[in-house]
Amino acid sequence: MRDVLAVARGVSWRVLHMFFTNPAFLLPSLAFPLFFFTAFVGGLSRISKVPGFDFPSGYTAFQFVFVLLQSAAFAGVFTGFGIARDFESGFMRRLMLAAPNRGGILLGYVVSALVRWLTVASVVTVVALLAQMNIGGNGVDLFGLYALALLLNLAGTLWATGVAMRLRTQQAAPVMQMPVFLLLFFAPVYVPLGLLQGWIHAVASVNPITALLEAGRGFISGSPELTLAAFAIALGLIVGFAAWAVRGLKSAEAAG
Amino acid sequence: MNAPRENSIQAHGLVREFKKGPRAVDGIDLHVDPGEIYGFLGPNGAGKSTTVHMLTTLLPPTAGTATVAGYDVVKEGPQVRKAIGAALQEAALDPFLTGREHLRLQTTMHGITGEERRQRSDELLTRVGLTEAADRKVKGYSGGMKRRLDLALALVHRPRILFLDEPTTGLDVQSRTALWVEVGRLAKEEGVTVFLTTQYLEEADVLADRVGIIDHGRIVAEGTPEKLKADIARSTVEAVPANLDQRGGVAAVLERFGEQTTGYGPGSVAVQLSSSNGNLAEIVRALDAEGFVLSQLQIHEPTLDDVFLAKTGRHLEGAGDEGEPEPEQIAQPASA
Amino acid sequence: MTAIALTQTAALGGRAVIRTARQPANVVFPLVFPMMLFAVNAGGLKAATRLPGFPTDSFVAFALAVPFVQGALLATINANVEFARDIQTGFLNRLALTPVRGIVLLLGQLGGLMTIAVVQAVFYLTIGLAFGVRLASGFGGAAMLLLLELVIALGFAALGSWAALRTGSTEAVQGLFPVFFVFLFLSSMNMPRNLIEADWFRWVATINPVSYLIEAVRSLVIEGWNWEALGLGFAAAGGLSLVGFVLATRALWRRLERT
Repeated sequence: MRDVLAVARGVSWRVLHMFFTNPAFLLPSLAFPLFFFTAFVGGLSRISKVPGFDFPSGYTAFQFVFVLLQSAAFAGVFTGFGIARDFESGFMRRLMLAAPNRGGILLGYVVSALVRWLTVASVVTVVALLAQMNIGGNGVDLFGLYALALLLNLAGTLWATGVAMRLRTQQAAPVMQMPVFLLLFFAPVYVPLGLLQGWIHAVASVNPITALLEAGRGFISGSPELTLAAFAIALGLIVGFAAWAVRGLKSAEAAG
Repeated sequence: MNAPRENSIQAHGLVREFKKGPRAVDGIDLHVDPGEIYGFLGPNGAGKSTTVHMLTTLLPPTAGTATVAGYDVVKEGPQVRKAIGAALQEAALDPFLTGREHLRLQTTMHGITGEERRQRSDELLTRVGLTEAADRKVKGYSGGMKRRLDLALALVHRPRILFLDEPTTGLDVQSRTALWVEVGRLAKEEGVTVFLTTQYLEEADVLADRVGIIDHGRIVAEGTPEKLKADIARSTVEAVPANLDQRGGVAAVLERFGEQTTGYGPGSVAVQLSSSNGNLAEIVRALDAEGFVLSQLQIHEPTLDDVFLAKTGRHLEGAGDEGEPEPEQIAQPASA
Repeated sequence: MTAIALTQTAALGGRAVIRTARQPANVVFPLVFPMMLFAVNAGGLKAATRLPGFPTDSFVAFALAVPFVQGALLATINANVEFARDIQTGFLNRLALTPVRGIVLLLGQLGGLMTIAVVQAVFYLTIGLAFGVRLASGFGGAAMLLLLELVIALGFAALGSWAALRTGSTEAVQGLFPVFFVFLFLSSMNMPRNLIEADWFRWVATINPVSYLIEAVRSLVIEGWNWEALGLGFAAAGGLSLVGFVLATRALWRRLERT
């Protein structure tokens, strides 16, 4: 256990050091969620006037939840990019040789993804509050919202890690990114599920992200819904992608 | 002026300064006769490629003048480009085009169209041995094939003067030899003037009619390889004493026959002989008389590297890997 | 322009097209990604058509304008990354050593990119028609749309070429994509300008030239012949093209230090 933690600490320190001291990594991670938040809230707020759009806390809070979850998932994906880069540069080989317990490498990347996301989430939250976002939920509700986002961050990281460990090249970036992008956007991004029609409604209804979105919006508006389903889905994603990541690690070890 | 221009290259006081950095070329005078193969030999960073870029009009000189094929490189750039072909240091090929497509593009850029374009492309592909690979994308070519295609592209418009910037770097022996044969043929049979930069001694020795040795942006020696070596004129004797503690004594004996030099193996003592005949026997007798036992005794004939060493105090091979020395160090040989 | 120069321009443009066509990622992504976003937005924002004053009851028709602008952006960025790579590998030097005039090097690149963008535009139009969109401006409108796409592509291509020539760096050209992406999102991409609620966003969208590009294309799809929207669209595209071309030309002279 001590070995695992030591390795994890080393790996996460390195990733976070690179993240915080390198504007090329830090700024896009901060800028994109803020940009999406600004563009969606600023450009689409009128849509909350559509009959049937019954979200008590307003469009800003409605989009804040999406951006929070999106930033959580993508923080994981960006961590996967870093893992792929480490493979290409040969640094991963050095890590695997040095680490007494390679599970610590995985844990280190997971922890660094979490810290990356927490940083971004803090900034996005402050900006949303400055934009006079209405919060209907109480402390427990907000804890639930951020807990959901944290679980999604974990799932995203494990997914991207598994891909990176298997493909071991930066050209795997679209493979890491596209499924996450599609899952996020084939969900009720702009309007509640009830206002979607046609094929998008059908797709969104079976999309696991929809439950997380709807639950998150329930938390922020103070009317929690689909809570159990959302947490169950999130935990299910984590369990599934954890196995995916661990087997990916074994595949990387076997490749040498 | 309507007289035919000659295939010569002339440079007077050619200088190139970059905004941030030392003078890459620091006053070069050279003359290349029509039909000559001129080897421009120097370590990495000596200024070879910068000189080529100026002579091929890609870079304007900061000072000095140069004429290529009788045209001023600054004032008559387009005319210079019509008369020259160049294969620069990077093979500079598009990995997604085939060899034939490269030739098609190059001929079009030179205004060669129609049937003449097709014929010229086929002729060049045959000449450089790429007919079979012509319709494959360049990303599948080996290094040697890329260099051959590079040469073919430089020749599409039948230039009178050919610039080759380190054309055989990274090639295997076979590919290198094949390229030498072709370059030699171009000069001898077609009268093409060839300006060839290289960091390989053998290439300059074998291929070039005359060699200019460049270091830190200046030509430090120029002449035929034989003359340059003859000017040094001296073989080098290298001796390794069986007892390394006796190096000083061995050096004292050898210094009676010439000037001590450096750059040979660890533990060895080397002198450039002051005359070339009969000394080896005398050297052996002198060392024997002093009771020195040698584990190794070799005699080295002069090479272009010796010429470089004599002029700069450094060996050519590996010289480019060193940092820029202070200017006052260039004139002083390295201490023993 | 002489016949030789035209031939050279066509050869260089042809190379840009071939090079793109032979890299599947550069073909598929500019076709697929805009269509994905189109599908997401068309499906997700359908409810917006119920807003009073929304200009059409088909959000598919409303949203179809966006891929034309986005696709032109993606294609020209990708191709200009290759242009930057030409500088890095020395291929531009190879071309500079020929008698070809410098401006032909740029015109060939731009011509090739414009061709790629128009081919993509035909694809988007076909998809739109397949999903039941009918151009209010008819067959003539489709032709006008392709002409507008040419000018839009010229604008993005020229700006991308400027970045490639100025920096000689593939990363720098890639870095333009998020910049242009921001301009795309801070526009009337998803909502008519007069229905944008946030004053600051409406102001940004109003001064953003990309809004006029989208609105011009959109007008051909949902309105018919709105000469004001078309005029503004061509003016915006033409302005971008002029600025981009001047910048690219100046960068070309600096990059080609040849005498």
